[in-house]
Amino acid sequence: MMRVAFLALMGLQLAASPGAGEERGSYEETGSYVVTGDAIMQPLVGGKGDPVRGAALIADRQRSLCTLCHSGPFPDAHLHGTLAPDLTGVGARLSEGQIRLRVVDMKRLVPNTIMPSYYRVADEQGRRVATVWRSKPILGGADIEDIVAYLTTLKG
Amino acid sequence: MHALWRLAAVAVAAVCGIVSAAGIEDGEKRSGFDFMAPATQALQADDMSNPGMLWVLQGEQLWQQAQGRADVACSGCHNDARQTMRGVAARYPAFDAATGRPIDLAGRINSCRAERQQAEPLAPESDALLALTAYVTHQSRGMPITPATDARLARFRDNGRRLFQSRIGQLDLSCASCHDDNWGKRLGGSVIPQAHPTGYPLYRLEWQTVGSLQRRLRNCMIGVRAEPFAFGAAELVDLELHLMDRARGLLIETPAVRP
Ligand code: HEC
Ligand code: HEC
Repeated sequence: MMRVAFLALMGLQLAASPGAGEERGSYEETGSYVVTGDAIMQPLVGGKGDPVRGAALIADRQRSLCTLCHSGPFPDAHLHGTLAPDLTGVGARLSEGQIRLRVVDMKRLVPNTIMPSYYRVADEQGRRVATVWRSKPILGGADIEDIVAYLTTLKG
Repeated sequence: MHALWRLAAVAVAAVCGIVSAAGIEDGEKRSGFDFMAPATQALQADDMSNPGMLWVLQGEQLWQQAQGRADVACSGCHNDARQTMRGVAARYPAFDAATGRPIDLAGRINSCRAERQQAEPLAPESDALLALTAYVTHQSRGMPITPATDARLARFRDNGRRLFQSRIGQLDLSCASCHDDNWGKRLGGSVIPQAHPTGYPLYRLEWQTVGSLQRRLRNCMIGVRAEPFAFGAAELVDLELHLMDRARGLLIETPAVRP
């Protein structure tokens, strides 16, 4: 019963948030960030990311997992998934801040999406998260900044 | 206010990770076989080249071997498997009155060992258990999956469906996210099949050996960074029940080959 009440509370919060202007997301393990509309304008950590590192990370199927679902101008095209939009030209379609929010927490925009929320520790209760991954975001803030820095260079 | 609560309910469903999965239409149901490259299909189709047949042959021998303190073979009770085991795998898991729970074929083989042969259980994924399971299931090859109708199975099957639709692991995906909603698309280099348990135990090229359905389910759980259920866990058997129900009408292929 406690849990139901808690979820209802979270549900209300989610239901109330779209279009509510600025909102602060705060997660113990991931630091906090400010969502403005459908974007996160400020870097998650420190300064600008490194696009070269970002490119390498996207190509790393074990760590970032991006190419399991997405295709794009990345190496090993035959190993790219077809579950998600092609990321070619994403830097022309979306602003830096929009890309950042999509990697950080796609569920905020598409609640039922299969794209994992990379910078959010989901409610883990009942989800059997494996011990090594428990209470951790999929990627750290610096990794995400590198990926964002790289994706913004993909102009077409 | 009322509208807000409705919105909240939708959000709660999303937070709980229950996907309102549409499922797969009957006319669209396809075995994993149909998604494979022609060379892999050919490997399965020809008994002389299908590596899984080695396990079936080993199972045929084990069927005949007296075991345990009772010193009796499977054939001592069940005679010729080609007759007595025909169609059995097509309706498993079945209700086990002794435990009041569903039991899968490997579980039944081990319970026969304990109760009738008075022998030690065979370890999960051991060659002997895979061989016997493959041999028994092979007797149903070409027969349609027809799940047992026992009403006592219903709540376990429902639990299996719930598990299939629940998001798990750090990646927060459900079985249905891939196998109901995205089958036919590619995850990395692999085509996502519909998850029909038509061919188990089967020879998987990636494993370079034969493995059980439970091994496959554990692999998918590990893939989404979840703690897999232990071999033999009640949850895995409940999932198997749901998978057989989803696959109703498809033909048993054991021993199948998969990439
Ligand atoms: C399990 C699948 C999956 C993985 C893994 C994944 N994504 Fe996505 N991604 C999607 C889907 C699906 C969408 C489209 C949104 C929707 O409809 O759910 C999407 C959308 C996006 C978009 C918006 C694209 C556009 O044109 O609007 C960006 C940017 C993006 N993903 C980046 C990434 C990056 C970077 C990674 C890895 C760090 C990643 N994704 C990993 C499934 C995935
Ligand atoms: C992120 C995607 C994904 C998720 C989530 C997932 N699977 Fe799978 N599953 C796959 C892929 C891809 C394959 C095929 C692997 C191959 O052939 O290389 C597969 C194969 C299977 C098969 C084998 C089908 C055959 O033809 O032999 C079964 C059964 C199965 N999955 C069940 C499940 C169950 C049950 C769950 C949840 C516990 C689950 N899967 C979760 C992607 C997924």
